[in-house]
Amino acid sequence: MVALYVVLGIIVVLLLWFVIIYNGLVRLRNQMQNAWAQIDVQLKRRHDLIPNLVETVKGYMQHERETLEAVTNARNLAQQAIGRGVGAQSQAEQGLTGALSRLLAVVENYPDLKANQNFLALQEELTSTENKISFSRQYYNDSVLGLNNKVQMFPSNFVANMTNFKLGEFFEVEAPAEREAPKVSFT
Amino acid sequence: MWEQVRSNRIRSVVLVGMMAALLLVVGYLLGEAFLGNPIGGLIIALAILLVLNLVAFFQGDNIMLAISGARKITRDDHPRLYNIVEEMKIASGLERMPDVYIIDDPAMNAFATGRDANHASVAVTAGLLQALNRDELQGVVGHEIAHIKNRDVLLMSLCGVLLGAIVILAWYGSRMMLFGGMAGGRRSSRGGGGGGGIIIIVAIVLAILAPILAQLIYFAISRKREYMADASSALYTRYPEGLASALEKLAGSKIQVKGANQATAPAYIINPFREKGRAAADLTSTHPPISERIRILRSMAGGASLVDYDHAYRSIHKGGKPVFSAATLAGTGAVGIRAAVPEAAPAGREPGKAERTREVSDLMWRMNKYDTLTCECGTKLKIPPDFKRSNVKCPHCGRINNVKQR
Repeated sequence: MVALYVVLGIIVVLLLWFVIIYNGLVRLRNQMQNAWAQIDVQLKRRHDLIPNLVETVKGYMQHERETLEAVTNARNLAQQAIGRGVGAQSQAEQGLTGALSRLLAVVENYPDLKANQNFLALQEELTSTENKISFSRQYYNDSVLGLNNKVQMFPSNFVANMTNFKLGEFFEVEAPAEREAPKVSFT
Repeated sequence: MWEQVRSNRIRSVVLVGMMAALLLVVGYLLGEAFLGNPIGGLIIALAILLVLNLVAFFQGDNIMLAISGARKITRDDHPRLYNIVEEMKIASGLERMPDVYIIDDPAMNAFATGRDANHASVAVTAGLLQALNRDELQGVVGHEIAHIKNRDVLLMSLCGVLLGAIVILAWYGSRMMLFGGMAGGRRSSRGGGGGGGIIIIVAIVLAILAPILAQLIYFAISRKREYMADASSALYTRYPEGLASALEKLAGSKIQVKGANQATAPAYIINPFREKGRAAADLTSTHPPISERIRILRSMAGGASLVDYDHAYRSIHKGGKPVFSAATLAGTGAVGIRAAVPEAAPAGREPGKAERTREVSDLMWRMNKYDTLTCECGTKLKIPPDFKRSNVKCPHCGRINNVKQR
């Protein structure tokens, strides 16, 4: 009789432990997915800002047609990449970042534009959006790290294996220039 | 971070418990000394405690914001500040955007308040907005968001209110004893015999000691929280130099915050009480010395993670206790520091000091419901909200301008 109770007790404790670890894993996975959704929100915000930027800048920059077209094209490519997975999306976004930084570099040659209130407001929005993208990416990667640690480490890896939890994928940034996102939007 | 939040919660409960016990003891002794009935005093103290805690829980943030004269702003009022708060909200993983407030005060300070992450506010003074550039403001806001994320804000409201109650009770108690004593010591002769005298002495001693004791409890905890919030700010921004340079500017400021008092002091990013006219150097007790906070942030050479902050802290406090528990640091990855954004030299890159000042003063005029009227000569006239006449003469060129009727 006593042995039965002991066995039952052990089973209950194990079950409880299982539930706690499992819920922790689910929480981390949800946090990661939510963080990913945040990146999407900010990327979309950047895509929305660009037509506005091109419109404002166009009047001042008659001789920069190519640069402006490059930005518009890169933006369209980035928009098409939405939903094609982390790798494709981050590559397209890098293309957009490059085109944007070339545009904002030539802005230096147009003092009138730099004094335009509308442009200044847009610039603040772009700067902040770039920051928000990198901060949400940062938080996403932290969440992935948290989940992956739990999935791989002993003893929670038992629960993760049994319930088929997969490792999260990091949002990698290859070009070092991308890492300094805030820089891009001012120059 | 979860381990940190949990240990904060336990510490909060212990701390509030200690303050509450202190309040009850004060109530008991005052009851014994004045009512001749310790249980009566205890019950009064309990009632005060209950009411105060409820008020602090549900209204603590509003009280704090009202005392400091803070006013809520929207994104359009000050896009940069609002954006920076949003950036830090994202970096910290907070779910709800905190409300953003501005305090019309030339002093440089900031605080966060609220009962939890879903009811939180961040307030900064107009002086701070004028003086700091984007990176510095980001560091300060990151520090305040960390207070919200680490659940420090509720603790601060609860303790502030409890501390206030103890100070007031003890103050009245000591006055009553003083004047009661001068009136002929009738209370001690009427009291229940020999024990009465001793209890009154104990009550007097406690009335003097209680506020100091309560403050010590309060400050002991708030200091460590400042270090933790600094570390988190560096982690969120990936740029410890931003906060370090902001703190340097704050330390050099000689203006005091008007709407601060003893109970609200620990909520601010730096101690608002400094001797008038003296620099806010290291005269503080609620906060660790600013110079030390700057030194720690600047010696985070390797990276921006909590581990790096912990290393920097311990290299400055030789043999000191670590800021974070091992459980908090376990499983955090290495974190690099991002490159500096070069200081806004050419126009257009970032608003300079003059632009920021104009930005903030325009905002303050608007918030005070002043209308702006541009005269033909280019002068901007500020029309006060209680202006009754239908026209105003421009002081610059003498033209008569019509005032929109409100």
